[in-house]
Amino acid sequence: MNPEEIRATLLKCLTDVAPEIADEEIEDDMDLRDELDLDSMDILRWVQGMHEALGVEIPEEDYGQIGSLAKAVEYVVARV
Amino acid sequence: MAEFLMPSLGADMSAGTLAKWRVAVGDTVAQGDIIAEVETDKGIIEVEVFESGVVTELLVAEGERVPVGTALAGIGQAADAHQKAGPAPEPGAILTAGASDLKLDGPAASPAIRRKAHELDVSLDRIRGTGEHGRITLDDVKSALRAPAADSERVRISPYARRIAERRQIDVSALHGTGPSGAIQARDVLSAEVPTDTKPASAAERMQKAIAAAMTRANDEIPHYYVEHTIDMSNALAWLRETNASRGVSGRLVSGVLVLRAVSLALRKHEELNATWNGEAAVRCQDVHVGLAVSLRGGGLVAPALRNTNEGDLSDLMARMTDLVSRARAGTLRSSEMTSATITLTSLGERGVEGVTPIIFPPQVAVVGCGATLERPWVVGDQVVARPLMRATLGADHRASNGHQGARFLRTLDRLLQEPGAL
Repeated sequence: MNPEEIRATLLKCLTDVAPEIADEEIEDDMDLRDELDLDSMDILRWVQGMHEALGVEIPEEDYGQIGSLAKAVEYVVARV
Repeated sequence: MAEFLMPSLGADMSAGTLAKWRVAVGDTVAQGDIIAEVETDKGIIEVEVFESGVVTELLVAEGERVPVGTALAGIGQAADAHQKAGPAPEPGAILTAGASDLKLDGPAASPAIRRKAHELDVSLDRIRGTGEHGRITLDDVKSALRAPAADSERVRISPYARRIAERRQIDVSALHGTGPSGAIQARDVLSAEVPTDTKPASAAERMQKAIAAAMTRANDEIPHYYVEHTIDMSNALAWLRETNASRGVSGRLVSGVLVLRAVSLALRKHEELNATWNGEAAVRCQDVHVGLAVSLRGGGLVAPALRNTNEGDLSDLMARMTDLVSRARAGTLRSSEMTSATITLTSLGERGVEGVTPIIFPPQVAVVGCGATLERPWVVGDQVVARPLMRATLGADHRASNGHQGARFLRTLDRLLQEPGAL
């Protein structure tokens, strides 16, 4: 899976968690908590969605490294 | 035969639109089945049926907006469906109720009709019923609304002002006139708010309006008192970190679930807060169903209930909480979830601010607000150390409890959160 496909998958998982946010509102560098207003349950559900879709297991202490879509793509690309 | 009525999905709801039937005449239904979708100011709600039986008739068409309490369908035994093979009921007749619903004094009208008449500000005493035994039907109420008002009730309004009002579809009877003898003048009409019917409100605007109505009522009617307590969350968060590290992604918990469970267990010890106000007295609730305030990113707020939050293990509670919050966001909540909360919990989340002073959601008698858990100075022994602290606020109805009881509740909550393994 190339970074483009991973980005698309991560974005899909994100909009599944937050159906009120349209794809086009999400910019890659936006802070998911501060700018998109995701809370810890949303982040957990996103992490769970990524686990189901890509098999990647993100430990809680790494949540700081997936603070935006761009960071999460970078994190996942290095591990898939 | 039982009637399935338009439910009141919250203290702020007066009417709902039957968006979709999930059943047809002749279908067998069991208590708890979702049989319809109702559109309210809080979004589309899946409505469950309280009786088991067979759907004998559907009385309201999809897309129709009716007041709370209106009969939507008949639920009977299997035999009733066959008996009902006769002609369809005339439109006005669908709202008439059984004889047991009739009041002995005043004109004969079902509770639904009375409610409708009240809503439209029509006096039933002025109406001659055309239904069976002179009973007042919905059509009668509507006709009375269209009929010209009696002289004493005629609105004094200038012809010009009346034309503007008609063009703008403004109800002049609700206006306050500033002209001679209180006559309504053009400027009164122009300054009146344009009714939302003429300018379709967005779902978010309607929801905000519903919240405004409920909270205004709560602030007007409920004598609130508040108590606050700061809770050291170190133990709870350390336990959570350790637990989550040992679990796979799918089994992880969030701190909100610990707070939810602790609130639920504390309510078991302080039952005066787990109650509803019936207009005269507080009635304690047998079970603990916590309404979770969920803020929607579109701008809106719902507080659906999670049932029996004091029961089951934390993984189960976490799964149920996740499901409820996701459905609140997706707009697929169920009717029982909109009405069964015995208390409300509002949490500002970890990026929120320190504290919240919430308003009680009637008919509940208490609300718990939790600020964000933030690193702050805290005295341990004779040292000042940085600790993750959470400020918990209890807002409660002084008719149902007092500050001393409220303070004891927060102490219990604190104690429970110090032993997260026991939650």
